[in-house]
Amino acid sequence: MAFLVLDRVRKEFGGSTAVEDFNLAVEAGEFVSFLGPSGCGKTTTLRMIAGFEKPSVGRISIGGRDITNARPNERNVGMVFQSYALFPNMTVGQNVGFGLKLKKVGREETQSRVNELLELIHMPDKGDSYPHELSGGQQQRVALARALAIRPQVLLLDEPLSALDAKIRDELRIEIRRIQRTLDITTIYVTHDQEEAMALSDRVVVMSRGVMEQVGPPFQIYNYPETRFVASFVGKLNQIPGVVIDSKTVQCGDERLQTTTPIEESPGTAVNVMVRPEELDIGAGEENQLVGVVESVNFLGAIVRVRIARGEQMITADLFNERLLELPEVEEAVTISFPAHACWVMKAN
Amino acid sequence: MTVTAPPVVIETPPAIATPVRAGAGSKVLAWVIMLAGVLYFFAPLVATGERAFRAIGRTFSFEAFRRVITDPEFLRTFGESVINAVATIVVSLLVIVPTAYWVTLKVPKLRSIIEFITLLPFVIPAVVLVFGLIRMYSRPPLAILGSYGSTRIILICAYAALSFPYMYRSVDNGLRAINVRTLTEAAQSLGATWPTIVWRVIFPNLRVALLSGALLTFAIVIGELTVALYLGQHTFGPFMSNLVRNFVAEPAALTILSFAMTWGAMGFISYLTRRQPGKRRMRRRP
Ligand SMILES: Nc1ncnc2c1ncn2[C@@H]1O[C@H](COP(=O)(O)OP(=O)(O)OP(=O)(O)O)[C@@H](O)[C@H]1O
Ligand SMILES: [Mg+2]
Repeated sequence: MAFLVLDRVRKEFGGSTAVEDFNLAVEAGEFVSFLGPSGCGKTTTLRMIAGFEKPSVGRISIGGRDITNARPNERNVGMVFQSYALFPNMTVGQNVGFGLKLKKVGREETQSRVNELLELIHMPDKGDSYPHELSGGQQQRVALARALAIRPQVLLLDEPLSALDAKIRDELRIEIRRIQRTLDITTIYVTHDQEEAMALSDRVVVMSRGVMEQVGPPFQIYNYPETRFVASFVGKLNQIPGVVIDSKTVQCGDERLQTTTPIEESPGTAVNVMVRPEELDIGAGEENQLVGVVESVNFLGAIVRVRIARGEQMITADLFNERLLELPEVEEAVTISFPAHACWVMKAN
Repeated sequence: MTVTAPPVVIETPPAIATPVRAGAGSKVLAWVIMLAGVLYFFAPLVATGERAFRAIGRTFSFEAFRRVITDPEFLRTFGESVINAVATIVVSLLVIVPTAYWVTLKVPKLRSIIEFITLLPFVIPAVVLVFGLIRMYSRPPLAILGSYGSTRIILICAYAALSFPYMYRSVDNGLRAINVRTLTEAAQSLGATWPTIVWRVIFPNLRVALLSGALLTFAIVIGELTVALYLGQHTFGPFMSNLVRNFVAEPAALTILSFAMTWGAMGFISYLTRRQPGKRRMRRRP
């Protein structure tokens, strides 16, 4: 049986449903992210695991123990907040040792555990500093150390990086993953930043309006989205409208597009052909081809983003930069191509 | 909007043409207002000081102060008021801190209602309050205004109510300055129980707020007259009022003394406010 289990969990706030039918089994040592737009119920779900909210329906268990009705201070769960939430009246060392002190761990043992954790977060000489003397990134490291000090069974993080600068965010992201791997701790990470979720997680839970849309490894979520929401929320996506001809072919305007993913909709149905910008190439290809006029060319460094107008419709192509790349001109008529295995079909709404 | 636009354009050039004179004029005006304020505030104080320090003839002396302090009634009533003040502070803290904490944490929607309730002593005159108390507690089933001691308890409770606006403000400000909810949850997830959270996390971070609330309460209770008078309590307020009616130099000396105490308390508050917990070490750093 999995380590952390949420079984048909549902949460209502006075009539409105924040989380609905949430089922998830997390293995010990696994890193799972909850990804979704604002208000989709990520925090609520996390808070139910932490014990700050009680599920209206359903059960939650950790390591085989049913904790659905356990109080937050009886759960042995570590929590890291967006706002750091360090105790301002305590030093870094006292903050990290707080949980151990409550557990009546001896003085020396507490001290050595605190030192060990400060070592782990690369802040060995900051034990006597107060929180307000630290940068945001440092404070969040301390918050992480404090949560880990009590050797929690599960580590919960609610958008821990969103109050930080982009550069610190990237650094700390790597740190969090390193520490998680070192300790092999089961982790739930809440974010609305898809790049963060992709970069960190073993598995991602994509949520929308309180409902789980899809659960899977980042590669799966990105390349094989199961719902329209996942397809458009995670990554950029071109949606080319057309009509089904047979199980492999769609008529899009004057062009016919092929896909190797069997089309389930019957012939004559209005659909969209879905294809990621990075799958597109400029120039003639062997399988699918479309023609259009270059609307804009944005050089972004590693990627060159070309927007191509095809009548009313815009198609985005992301080309990898290389020194020999010939950038297309604005207003130039171009052919774009992509292989049949790169696209799939979803029913038009 | 289009109607009001032209005048603005017309008025602009003169304003630009005379910036120096306008600046100088407003500076002079500022000084005049400042001076008027200082006079308004300090003139009575200086006059009072004059009275206090020239009790005998025209010579400077501490005679008035000596007479006040050596009056046995001064020490007795002052002592009684200090005890009343401390008791009031305890009652007020016990009512306000848990209430403010709970409201902030669990029912933030009620915040404005609670604040309104705590402000009621500003709206209800002390005379009305005291007659309400007398009516309420002088006949069955709550006839407890019988003895001096039990009346004193009523007095302290009335003072606690009078202190609510200040105490609630202070505590609420203190709670706003820290992220109560997240700190509480962080402590909970580390295994803390409610008493531990209040004692180890919330209380230490409210120290300054609690002290300033307590000192304000102290200042109110020490000199309070109306309630004490009508409840027949021999506290410092009635003592002072009696002095004022019968002497000249002594009340002045008393006024100077109480001014000094109040300012001392205020200075202490601002000193504590600057010395927030955890900020001590700042000075030691290079
Ligand atoms: N205590 C509460 N009382 C009433 N409604 C609530 C409460 N907490 C959350 N909600 C509602 O539940 C829904 C989900 O909220 P939640 O905070 O879980 O979203 P989220 O995915 O974490 O969003 P964000 O990215 O903005 O943090 C929202 O519609 C929110 O308004
Ligand atoms: Mg949230």
